[in-house]
Amino acid sequence: MSSSQATILVIEDEDPIRRFLRVMLEAHRYRLVESTTGKDGLLQAATAQPDLIILDLGLPDIDGVELTRQIREWSHVPIIIVSARGREQDKVVALDAGADDYLTKPFGVSELMARLRVALRHSAEKGGGAMDDKSVFEKDDLRIDLARREVSIAGKAIHLTPNEYRILSILAKHAGRVLTHTQLLKDVWGPGSAHETHYLRVYMNQLRQKIEADPAQPKYLITEPGVGYRLAERAG
Amino acid sequence: MNEDRPNPDALLAEVAAEERKAARGKLKIFFGSNAGVGKTFAMLDEARKRAAEGAKLLVGYAEPHIRPDTEALLLGLDILPYKLVEHKGATLKEFDLDAALAKHPTLICVDELAHSNAPGMRHPKRWQDVEELLNAGINVYATLNVQHLESVNDIVERITGVKVRETLPDRVLDEADEVELVDIAPDELIERLREGKVYKPQQAEQALKHFFNRGNLIALRELALRKTAERVDAQMREARRTNATTQTPPPWAASERILVCVGPSPFAAQLVRATKRLAMGVRAPWVAAFVETPSSVNMTEAARARLTENMQLAEQLGAETVTLSGNNVADELIAYSRQKNITKIVAGKPELPRWREWLFGSIVEELIRRSGSIDVYVIRHEGEKNRPARVAQQPEKVGWQPYAYALGICTLATLLGMFVYHVLGNHGKRFSNTNTLMIELLAVLFVATRFGRWPAIVASLYAVAAFDFTVVPPYYTFSVEDSQYVFTFAVMLATALLISTMADRIRRQAVAARNRERRTAALLSLSRDLTAKRERTEIVEAEVRHVSGVFDSIAAVFLPNAKGELAMAGMSRETQPLDEKELSVIQWVFDHGQAAGRGTDTLPSATGIYLPMSAMRGIVGVLGLLDSKEPQSPERVHLLEAFANQSAVAIERAALAEESRQAWERVEAEFLRNTLLSGVSHDLRTPLATITGAASSLVESNGIAEDARKELAQSIVCESERMERLITNLLDMTRLEAGGFPLKLDWYALQDIVGTAIQSTRKKLGDRNVKTHFPQDLPLIRVDGMAMEQVLINLLDNAASYTPPGTEIVISASVNAEELELQVTDGGPGLPPADPGQVFQKFFRGAASNGNAQSDNGSRHGAGLGLAICKGIIGLHGGTIRAENRAEGGARFCIRIPTGGRPPAVPIETDAENTL
Repeated sequence: MSSSQATILVIEDEDPIRRFLRVMLEAHRYRLVESTTGKDGLLQAATAQPDLIILDLGLPDIDGVELTRQIREWSHVPIIIVSARGREQDKVVALDAGADDYLTKPFGVSELMARLRVALRHSAEKGGGAMDDKSVFEKDDLRIDLARREVSIAGKAIHLTPNEYRILSILAKHAGRVLTHTQLLKDVWGPGSAHETHYLRVYMNQLRQKIEADPAQPKYLITEPGVGYRLAERAG
Repeated sequence: MNEDRPNPDALLAEVAAEERKAARGKLKIFFGSNAGVGKTFAMLDEARKRAAEGAKLLVGYAEPHIRPDTEALLLGLDILPYKLVEHKGATLKEFDLDAALAKHPTLICVDELAHSNAPGMRHPKRWQDVEELLNAGINVYATLNVQHLESVNDIVERITGVKVRETLPDRVLDEADEVELVDIAPDELIERLREGKVYKPQQAEQALKHFFNRGNLIALRELALRKTAERVDAQMREARRTNATTQTPPPWAASERILVCVGPSPFAAQLVRATKRLAMGVRAPWVAAFVETPSSVNMTEAARARLTENMQLAEQLGAETVTLSGNNVADELIAYSRQKNITKIVAGKPELPRWREWLFGSIVEELIRRSGSIDVYVIRHEGEKNRPARVAQQPEKVGWQPYAYALGICTLATLLGMFVYHVLGNHGKRFSNTNTLMIELLAVLFVATRFGRWPAIVASLYAVAAFDFTVVPPYYTFSVEDSQYVFTFAVMLATALLISTMADRIRRQAVAARNRERRTAALLSLSRDLTAKRERTEIVEAEVRHVSGVFDSIAAVFLPNAKGELAMAGMSRETQPLDEKELSVIQWVFDHGQAAGRGTDTLPSATGIYLPMSAMRGIVGVLGLLDSKEPQSPERVHLLEAFANQSAVAIERAALAEESRQAWERVEAEFLRNTLLSGVSHDLRTPLATITGAASSLVESNGIAEDARKELAQSIVCESERMERLITNLLDMTRLEAGGFPLKLDWYALQDIVGTAIQSTRKKLGDRNVKTHFPQDLPLIRVDGMAMEQVLINLLDNAASYTPPGTEIVISASVNAEELELQVTDGGPGLPPADPGQVFQKFFRGAASNGNAQSDNGSRHGAGLGLAICKGIIGLHGGTIRAENRAEGGARFCIRIPTGGRPPAVPIETDAENTL
């Protein structure tokens, strides 16, 4: 971590949270820019050229979702949303508006750092986009070769249907990041099926049966309640 | 007991009366013997003085006859316009009560207190309008002539020969705060009439000839003076009595109570007035009683109407009215009088012929004989020459059948007699014809008991004739010697009459008893029905059902709704909605607590009759008969009143029960809140204390070893997580209880929900292994995923808190067409054995737990909300959750929820396009 010199913009109106983030991020050698309002945040996002933005949804002046949209108009900088529990709908809207990930208050350091790492890596690998089509995803026993369209568990090839593979490959390209139901549904079944969440539930079940040791306690395919799914972060 | 001591009840009543008076307006009556004495002038003159002193004066009604000096007094005053009422083609000028109330002056002048209002006005009489003004706190000046007083109505008629129709109850004058007698000498009055100061010249001439002759004027003047003197006398006595309460007790007159016997005779009205005058003289309360006897049951309609009138008159004059039932009038009256401490009984002098009196005795004689210490006043009937109609009995409708039966029975008896006499008795040689006579007598008696008087007379005539004809020699002829059987006939006739009269009486007694029985039974059955009812709607339903049954009319009950507006609460039969006018009558009844509508004094032009339902705490509603076919007799109105009041008490009881239930709920809620507060404050403070302690140690002391620092930091994290859980639970519970927990139903895979829940509780579960058993083909279920996840989190959290480390937890599911069963079992120590269900109660916490929980999180496991939340959420899903101990040890939580039907289809993929 010592090599990281990324600049992080924190847009958050609560002093204690900002203080805690400051201590944490500086300890991990990130450069920090702080902002307490949406307007100022927008300005900082444009002038300070942050590598990542941590954005609180409950700002006093501008709605966080709106802010996300405005930033996305000109920048691919990763945005991590922070919001209280029970406001899943807000998170989904923000994620669909272009935010990259979310954290639920209260959150621990390890959780925050993991999200930061994932977001920064994705942004570094492909200018704010997804993983390369030719990459290989590997974690524990699971191996996904995107170039050859092959999936195997402990070296044994797994037989997937086209939709199952499509879901898994999209998750693999964004490994470690949450994808909302809508995003997955649009990518796999097209925009007309954006609200058929039960498709996903059926397919996730099938996928877990195939790749998880205990489908009820999944290791790879993580459910983000009320939001979407995430493929566990790749090792290293 | 000291007889002289003021009765506390009387004192209380006086205080209450004074309080009422204080809020009421004051009534001053300008009282005169006649028209033309100058009452209106005196009234307006004084009113002007009051106005000059600053009173807000309104002339509510002044008679529109032209008298220049009176006219002059009206100049410059605020005069209320007349209310014009069309009646039978004529336009009547009436006092506009509502406008007067709306203007709310401090003083109002109203002429002619005894005036009868046009039909359709709110009250039939103007004095009732004035009552309402007084109740509204408005002072009233009014004028009144003596001949309009109800109690002297008959005397005036005797003096002048004119029956005055517009009358006014004496109590209006008695209760007036001030009475000013406007008096001029008769000669002067005649002079004024001649001069045309009272009426126009021709009218005056007419008036002088008839009503206003000198004799009449003197008599009327005397009457007015005497009335005024009586009032002064009463005031003096009143003053003495008031003093008595503060000074030495004066001779306290033993309180008198007077009873007057009222019947259907027109003479009874005179009797009632005489009693009123007597009662006034001794200032005693009085009772008008009617005794219903078996013979009065069959009264004609006209007689019944007259009785009703007489009883109403008594009521108007201030009497209490009662209807007694019994066989013997005198018996009942004496019994009632003894019971009620009556001191004087007033009865009319009987109008019976001497012989009847001598034969049967008279009620009056019996009363006098048996009255003991009670004085009996017998009042002579005077005036009307025509003999008052006897209590005419309705002729019983008798067809020809009874006569046919009578003749048939006698014929049979005759045939039997002939058989006995001629065949068995060998033509009288063995049996004498007396036996035959007995058989005939038997037949006649049978007819008498069975068919009444007239068939019995016919039967006895026929029987004697048949007897004579068949068994008295010479047979089959009537001969001169047979005239001896006239005597036989007379005896037989007398016997038949006696028996038929007795049978008749018994029958009537039975009818009277039945009527009485019906009334009692009706009330009893209502009260029995009401005792079983707890809900207001049930009570109302029972009430209208009973009332409509007994009164054969559409009954309706009106109760104030939540906003305090009167609304129909129930009716026995659907009918067209009530019009504005009826509704205003109902409102009036509710506001004033008095009966109104058809057959009453107030708004008699209404279609229905409405009674206030009064209970201990006031008027609770209004009971109405919407299509009262004819005006109800006072006796029926009293019965209706009994119904109204009985159900009012029931409704009040229901309201009180509801209030006490709410109060109890408030106490309960208060208790819960206190428990919650104490529980929550403890549960929030404990982790906070740990956090504060640990954090401040970290801040202040530098000498702590790295290991210890880490441990402190760890405890901060732990306690924060615990607080987070508690707050989540508190919020969920609050939302569940406030009903603000809308389910977001969608199709979920159970495995998914369970998986997330396990993941969330992984840390807390520690080394407790969680196993899941789900069937392969478990379909999607329609639930709120987040809420169900919370249920599972709470169940797992619970298991983590109450089982030792290393315990195995098993989650399994099974499904049928409609229901999903989900079980969470553990191998821990199990639930409290007595009542496993109580774990779902709020704030329930398990007993001192195993060492594990203590080492984990301190001594407590949370506010005791987790399982209560589970129950709430499952309940919202229409499911059930139960807890039990497994036979093999450990606890089992079993959830059953509807699956939500067939999950929606998912597009099927063909494996053919699989490129892998």
